[in-house]
Amino acid sequence: MFPTYDVIVVGGGHAGAEAAAAAARLGSKVCLVTMNMQTIAQMSCNPAMGGVAKGQIVREIDALGGMSGIVSDRSTLQFRLLNKSKGPAMWSPRSQNDRMMFAAEWRELLEQMPNVDFWQEMATGIIVKDGRACGVRTGIGQEIPAKAVILTNGTFLNGLIHIGEKQFGGGRAGERASTGITEQLLELGFESARMKTGTPPRVDGRTLDWSVMEVQHGDEGEGRFSYLDIKQPEKRLPCHITYTNKAVHEILKTGFDRSPMFNGRIRGLGPRYCPSIEDKIERFADRDRHQLFVEPEGFNTCEIYVNGFSSSLPEDVQYKAMRLIPGFENAKMFRPGYAIEYDFFQPTQLNATLETHLVKGLYFAGQINGTTGYEEAACQGMMAGINAHRKINEHDPFVLKRSEAYIGVLIDDLINKGTTEPYRMFTSRAEYRILLRQDNADVRLTRKAADIGMADMDERLDRLKTKEELAEQLDSLTKKMSVTPDQVNGYLTSIGSQPLKQGVKLRSVLARPHVSLEGLRAVLPELDTVLQGQTQELIDHAEVNIKYEGYIHREVEQAEKLERLEAVRLSPEFDYIGLSGLSNEAREKLTALKPMTIGQASRISGVSPSDVSVLLVHIGR
Amino acid sequence: MIHLTDDTIVALSTPTGSGAIGVIRLSGNKAFEIAAQLMPNAKLLAAKSHSANFGKLYSPKGELLDEVVATIFKGPRSYTSQDIVEISCHGSAFIIKQILDACLELGARLAQPGEFTMRAYLNGKLDLAQAEAVADLIAAESAGAHALALDQLRGGVSERIAELREKLIDVASLLELELDFGEEDVEFADRTQLNDLLTSSIKMIEELVNSFSLGNAIKEGISTVLAGRPNAGKSTLLNTLLDDDRAIVSDIAGTTRDTIEELLIINGLTFRLIDTAGIRDAADTIEALGVQRSLEKIETGAIVLYLIDITETNPKEAAADILKLNLQKQKLLVLLNKIDQANSLQIDQFKSLENTYTTIHLSAQSKDDIARLKQHLIKTIEGADALHKRTIITNQRHVDALRRTLVALETARNGLAMQLPSDLVALDLRAALNSLGEITGAITADDLLGSIFGRFCIGK
Repeated sequence: MFPTYDVIVVGGGHAGAEAAAAAARLGSKVCLVTMNMQTIAQMSCNPAMGGVAKGQIVREIDALGGMSGIVSDRSTLQFRLLNKSKGPAMWSPRSQNDRMMFAAEWRELLEQMPNVDFWQEMATGIIVKDGRACGVRTGIGQEIPAKAVILTNGTFLNGLIHIGEKQFGGGRAGERASTGITEQLLELGFESARMKTGTPPRVDGRTLDWSVMEVQHGDEGEGRFSYLDIKQPEKRLPCHITYTNKAVHEILKTGFDRSPMFNGRIRGLGPRYCPSIEDKIERFADRDRHQLFVEPEGFNTCEIYVNGFSSSLPEDVQYKAMRLIPGFENAKMFRPGYAIEYDFFQPTQLNATLETHLVKGLYFAGQINGTTGYEEAACQGMMAGINAHRKINEHDPFVLKRSEAYIGVLIDDLINKGTTEPYRMFTSRAEYRILLRQDNADVRLTRKAADIGMADMDERLDRLKTKEELAEQLDSLTKKMSVTPDQVNGYLTSIGSQPLKQGVKLRSVLARPHVSLEGLRAVLPELDTVLQGQTQELIDHAEVNIKYEGYIHREVEQAEKLERLEAVRLSPEFDYIGLSGLSNEAREKLTALKPMTIGQASRISGVSPSDVSVLLVHIGR
Repeated sequence: MIHLTDDTIVALSTPTGSGAIGVIRLSGNKAFEIAAQLMPNAKLLAAKSHSANFGKLYSPKGELLDEVVATIFKGPRSYTSQDIVEISCHGSAFIIKQILDACLELGARLAQPGEFTMRAYLNGKLDLAQAEAVADLIAAESAGAHALALDQLRGGVSERIAELREKLIDVASLLELELDFGEEDVEFADRTQLNDLLTSSIKMIEELVNSFSLGNAIKEGISTVLAGRPNAGKSTLLNTLLDDDRAIVSDIAGTTRDTIEELLIINGLTFRLIDTAGIRDAADTIEALGVQRSLEKIETGAIVLYLIDITETNPKEAAADILKLNLQKQKLLVLLNKIDQANSLQIDQFKSLENTYTTIHLSAQSKDDIARLKQHLIKTIEGADALHKRTIITNQRHVDALRRTLVALETARNGLAMQLPSDLVALDLRAALNSLGEITGAITADDLLGSIFGRFCIGK
């Protein structure tokens, strides 16, 4: 009944959808196996994409020809560029999205790909022959053959939902858990553990008093994720801000003895940066209020997401406490918050392509690897999809370096360090923050994607060329062109910058804090001519390159220094056990993690600089 | 060259010479096997880790060598992380040699200096700072350097640096908080607070860096140059200080034609005493060379002891001689020698020198006068009396890393003052963390995030 697919993707969330799209757009025949086709690309938690570090990831996915940026733009109901007051490395795009529109856009995109087939059923096992994955088995006993399998099971593997003292199996509210896969993987020798995450209540927007809450609007104008011109919804919706108070906390505390978090019923590890409201009250007892973001779930629904009120307390306690929040006095609840525990597999069991060490042709992406977040999941899915396609076509692995992309940082961290709590991206995890900006993801990555044969890259390449040409033009102009005190002192004084005493190169003026091309073009007609007709996005990119040249140069140098270790390749068959001089821990870790390069080996926790020296000595460096 | 292997090494771990007992240490994959062969009746292979086992020790030929106690440490719970046996035997040099020979015969090899420690380091039992301190300990030549090395090993420097590390993580996490969690409802550090934290970190590093010159002096010995005209009594003074006949002493001026170095230890501080040829317009070429070398030594010395024979010298000439030495940062003690042979007129003539320089009246042959001189020497070393209380950096690698940390922090502080965006300031702070990490082990993003999550309520 089934052909032999190139790639089977199990799961249709953010990771699964990107995995299917990437493999298909490279030319693989893909089958997306999902328990429910109505829930493809659900935003299971908050209806938003991006944010600090995460927004950069969405830009990177887009630059590589992934779909998350396009889908986000098509469903955006509010867009903000966060951290605009900080340096360019921190500028971070974030959108609020129409949850239903987001999922519908994704499904439509996938359905438009002739290489993608769908099969709606629970995958219960992987067909493994001679240590290779060659298909999946389904709940009703179907066997679907394939050359590679990507697992993106999210929170569904033995998912267990907790609300107060109640607990029941489920992968998401109203959806059943997936069983069988963990058990089979354990038999194959994989190690799994439990993680925990949670989500807040959804409420009826018709019952909220918006007048007592602060309004938070998005940016004026059209911010976007995609480097392509994606048509966005015209309408914009605001979010609102309100706060908990002592009375709310007191009510919540009455439920603590029935909280699965506190009575030990939840054993999985939760994220420290996304705590439940009960966790916040318990750990930061001195704070008498916590901020809540009240976010719309869509244009055509009254469903509201209460960001910051994640809870697994009994539903009656959640309800009673919620109604003491300003604006929520008459709130009706659609559903309570809950906590969910699920199986994950320590990602140190993967190599840099997200393929498992134990079973060839088997890839893991998303929450199954212990990560959290749509963006983190989506980029892993895309990388697994790309690498599965390349593996079956006998191409080299497609691995991004830590100096090239947040995606590179993420995967490198996962496979070398593993994780003890749901892993979320932060800019502080990246060594080369100045290089990994949202304005240059296309410069960093688009050609790479085109080189490996990603479909529909022509328009992206054209736009990239235009962008780089303007950057170069401005680079040489600012080096050549001199400006006189007469020309710019008016502008400089107006922004509190020291006036010039004599003529200088335009570049040195632009290098000053607070000076911008936008401000200078008003007083320099020659500059204005060059900028005429260019989009703000392109101008910003060129300006950042010039203004922060010194810092960029510094990080490029540092990255290049470390690059040498990345260039020293290690065979997966390398015998670390017999290598004298290595510490026992390094020996074990290196044997288990099979690093691809000395650089990767040096980042494995437990591998010390002296171990690296020993390795270098043995391979003759 | 250190062998990076698991093979079994052996060495006498107690000082050579006869003590009541000697401890012979075996480390490596055959340590237990060898010890068990030496002590066939002690059932060492079945013994628990960290147990002391009494037994008779035989040579491989079966001769009884000694009755000993063998202490068993099973790896990785041992100093080197390998299997270790420590054999406590009677302290006779003969017995020790016999037992070492027996170990060698059974397949061990003699450890190279520092090799146990190198293994401990390679196996992750010591951090680099501690391992280097052990290496310094081995080479320590005096009680002062010994105390310093011990202090460092016990974590004196490690602790101080750990404190600094915490401080920097503190500043960095405050900055990162603002960057990664700018949307959170938490109170961010203001610039003054960051500036204060940076300033106090900078001060702490400056103290550590400044301690290096003292630390280095203590480790290497403080170069103390004896200078003066021929026959002023320099060599006599040296001999009285050292209490032996190291330098050739005679009444013939110009006897010391080359420089002579000796170590003098006072209260645990090492002074490298450098006797020099007397400085005068030399008559023969060989002596002229000696004079030239004397001047060079004076130039590199930390302390100059300038001797004047007050029975023979005119104070004005003496003052002129001292000026000719062209002393810059050296500390000068003017020693008015032969006080026992001088009359009161001769003594009074030198009053004017006493006003300009630190002067000491002495007779180079008098033990009491020498004791006074030693007290003066100690006093010239600033901070030496507080030696045991202070943390002192003695390692070149440490001070280099600290200097780079310092530069990065100062740049970060300037960045703050110039109101640069905080991600750019963070760049310099990271450079500081990386440099400091060369001493303490890497400071990772997880350290910063851990600090942030521990202190601030993050998460919407």
